[in-house]
Amino acid sequence: MTGTTSGGRLDLPRYARTDAALRTPLSYSDYRSTGLRAPLRTPVDLPHRLTEVTRPLLGEDRVRPEDADLTRRLGGEAVGQRIIVHGRVLDGDGRPVPHTLVEVWQANAAGRYRHVVDNWPAPLDPHFDGLGRVMTDDQGRYEFLTIRPGAYPWRNHDNAWRPAHIHFSLFGRAFTQRLVTQMYFPDDPLFFQDPIFTSIPEAARPLAISRFDYERTVDHWALAYEWDIVLRGSDQTPFETEDDGDVA
Amino acid sequence: MTRLQPTPSATVGPYLAIGLTWEGGEFVVPPGTPGAVWLRGTVFDGNGDPVSDAMVETWQADPDGRFDHPDDPRGSARYPGFTGFGRAQTVPDGDYAICTLKPGRVPDGEGGLQAPHVDVSVFARGLLDRVVTRVYFADEAEANAEDVVLQGLPEDRRQTLIATPTDDGYRLDLYLQGDRETVFFAV
Ligand SMILES: [Fe+3]
Repeated sequence: MTGTTSGGRLDLPRYARTDAALRTPLSYSDYRSTGLRAPLRTPVDLPHRLTEVTRPLLGEDRVRPEDADLTRRLGGEAVGQRIIVHGRVLDGDGRPVPHTLVEVWQANAAGRYRHVVDNWPAPLDPHFDGLGRVMTDDQGRYEFLTIRPGAYPWRNHDNAWRPAHIHFSLFGRAFTQRLVTQMYFPDDPLFFQDPIFTSIPEAARPLAISRFDYERTVDHWALAYEWDIVLRGSDQTPFETEDDGDVA
Repeated sequence: MTRLQPTPSATVGPYLAIGLTWEGGEFVVPPGTPGAVWLRGTVFDGNGDPVSDAMVETWQADPDGRFDHPDDPRGSARYPGFTGFGRAQTVPDGDYAICTLKPGRVPDGEGGLQAPHVDVSVFARGLLDRVVTRVYFADEAEANAEDVVLQGLPEDRRQTLIATPTDDGYRLDLYLQGDRETVFFAV
């Protein structure tokens, strides 16, 4: 242990900043709630120091095996199309992110959340609470069993409907990698009118959509979707000394 | 080496409480820990109204300026029960509150020291990505004067990051927009 709290160079990992053209912008006028909430000033670049390249060690004690199964809660079976959702958590270098917490939440099959603010006239399911937690394994894989969520209306614009989606929250291995996002389903007819979806730059939209995975369906049991999540990778800005080598 | 494009972010939406509520999430140290302080504040929108459905997450060093993480080459473990991580929702009045230990000074990795600080992420409906800021402490004037990040900001904006002492800890309000808009960082 080096144990010094003053001075000294520290060899810290470096994380790439995401190209603005591929990032979801904070201001997006079609999504009305951004109007009074999205900061208007240009953010200041924060250097990646110790606080930014570390993150909390979360997980094992917060996750129980049953948290990966959203279909059996509150003493019974949820109604709806049973689906397996699985994939890998990777970084931008293609490396798996092992042992990291994945938190998910979603509406029930009828498109209603178990939340005091959600009171549109769709039924609540007495056996669905919409909360899941898993840790990735040592290969960065995650998997949970759930119910395909329904679409739901909101008040953003006239006759506004959210495409079916599952909310995801990830920590990765560093503060810089923290990500909250939403997973969509292939070919959803509601994409065109959903500003939360269309706020994503076109080139990045396919990354938010899961793939139907026939291979992983289970006969007489569940359909399956695969979705890989990519957190930011290392900064590979080459050092000048590497310029004399050949480039692949 | 393969380069993969990062998955785009999306808002937490109005129902974040379903997925992101933890029992005791606001306790970075267990209640009753000697030296614990409350970091409190209100999150405001561009109209000056409290944002009552946000989540504030904090990440910080321990009082020795260390992180319990494999990428902190110095290691840490002297503060049992200290996680460095806090998570508080602003329901129902826009207020957040985190019970923690004040962090120590953290090396900048280049031979200098940063002032004590807490990295903060704010998530809410209407925020398509988290916004990131830092909390510094008004009673650390000397350290703050040496902090490269803080000193890199115009003086009037610097104040938006400096928490003031209270009866039980510190207070810093966060302004998402407006004349008093908090300095937010790109990480
Ligand atoms: Fe939703």
